[in-house]
Amino acid sequence: MAGQAPRDPTGGDEVAPSSTGDPPISLYSSHRPRLRGRAGSTASAVSTVVVVGAIVLVLSSKSAGPFRNGFLDLHQMWIALVGDPSKGIVSVGKGFFLNIWLSLLCEVLVLVLALGVATLRLTRGPVLLPFRGLAIAYTDFARGVPVILVMLWIGFGVPSLNLGSISSQSPVVYAGFVLVFSYTAYVSEVYRAGILSVPQAQVQAARSLGLSSRTTLRRVVLPQAVRNVLPALLNDFASLQKDTAIVSTLGVAEAVHSAQIAGGVEFNYSGFTMASILFLLVTIPLTRYTDHVMARDRTRRLASATT
Amino acid sequence: MTRIAGAPTVLRTTALCKSFGDLKVLTGIDLEIAAHEVVCLIGSSGSGKSTFLRCCNLLERIDSGTIELFGHDLAHERIDENQVRRHIGMVFQSFNLFPHLSVLDNVTLGPRRVLGEERRGAERRARDLLARIGLADKAAEYPDRLSGGQQQRVAIVRSLAMEPRLLLLDEITSALDPELVSEVLELVGELAHQGMTMLIATHEMGFAREVADSVCFLEGGAIVESGPPERIFEDPTEPATRRFLQRIIAAGRL
Repeated sequence: MAGQAPRDPTGGDEVAPSSTGDPPISLYSSHRPRLRGRAGSTASAVSTVVVVGAIVLVLSSKSAGPFRNGFLDLHQMWIALVGDPSKGIVSVGKGFFLNIWLSLLCEVLVLVLALGVATLRLTRGPVLLPFRGLAIAYTDFARGVPVILVMLWIGFGVPSLNLGSISSQSPVVYAGFVLVFSYTAYVSEVYRAGILSVPQAQVQAARSLGLSSRTTLRRVVLPQAVRNVLPALLNDFASLQKDTAIVSTLGVAEAVHSAQIAGGVEFNYSGFTMASILFLLVTIPLTRYTDHVMARDRTRRLASATT
Repeated sequence: MTRIAGAPTVLRTTALCKSFGDLKVLTGIDLEIAAHEVVCLIGSSGSGKSTFLRCCNLLERIDSGTIELFGHDLAHERIDENQVRRHIGMVFQSFNLFPHLSVLDNVTLGPRRVLGEERRGAERRARDLLARIGLADKAAEYPDRLSGGQQQRVAIVRSLAMEPRLLLLDEITSALDPELVSEVLELVGELAHQGMTMLIATHEMGFAREVADSVCFLEGGAIVESGPPERIFEDPTEPATRRFLQRIIAAGRL
């Protein structure tokens, strides 16, 4: 072990001689070292100023004028947000409340129904065979057909059937039904993946205690399954929240349809910008929270894997 | 412990066979355990020890032969497997504690959901059991905060909380770091001393020799030789048993 003094890395000689007669090895990078500390923060400050400056320059330039006036007109955004009954402009803000409560109501129904579909697909038992078949056909159909198609089909089709009270519901009811119909299929697959991700050993441990298959599912499998797929469930919730916009195809005055009306009356589309901002106010925190849950989940898994 | 004369038979299997597809795992196991008896199953991996234990609490369906628990044929059409399992505790190689439940909830799940105990009573009993293994202060912890040895002891206590008539231990120290093996084996030794009826699949020959009333050597899914530990370990008659023990000695595990 005696005596090889480390070479000075700045000394230019990248090769450390070997005492054993093996070929020499190099441990030093030929690249410039990464900027750290003060030099690093100065560098990022400069680059930030440059990028932000470029964006401001482009947006304030003369040729960006039509874009500013058409999409970013603050006055028009305000009119769209609060509405103007004298011109027939309905409020985007009020419409957005419909998006919010419709998505919440649908999400609750979806979470419950999807769990039923998922467990139905995973249970054995001869009596349930035809129901399992139906559940598979349903998930294939609902996931394979565009939501907007089902929305138009149900929203305009069902009222035309003259089926008494079924055909005379408010468009919001049809819209809610379609969203629940489509998303239950997606979410049931998420649940199913979650249930399958729970190790069989957990089931065996529970059954060995004398727990019935039902109690095992409820007390051992589902809590772990939901925890495993929580990020995916939150993702689907964010999608559902956005897809409430499809309700606009049925002429319901939710945020997007209201923005469309404002745009048609004023010949200015800043209302869409307003609607986007409202959606982002909800979806960005939601996706950030999802990321947080995923990160927490990953560290927990790492922690339990190393113990 | 030696066998108490006239003690009732807890478990009896006759000509028990089990295959997975073309693979014959058990080829006719005859075994009998009396109350308060400790039987150790030894043999190399793949000899059928684990499968046999899993057949005994109906985790695996047998192909032929019989299993009797306290004289009741478990193949009877009106046998309820959940009723069978509540009387048979099982502890696994990989602990299989429920990771989403605290230690206390792991132990009380069976008593509350199977025996219908009140939360309060079940928790008091669970805390008593945890205190007996020195883990009273871990009651609120989650399993991933515990060492392997602690987890396995909790798994044993989880089984004991059901007050089983028979305990099946499936290589319960095989997944443990060497320094954690003894704390688990000491607990099992204590249970043997208290008269718990146990069927133990193990690679720990020294432990088997110490704790067992009877040792069965399995090879190719059948019991090749069985008898008191002194005879099996010191004077085995079957060549297969000798070969196995020589390999164990060569590996420094006896």
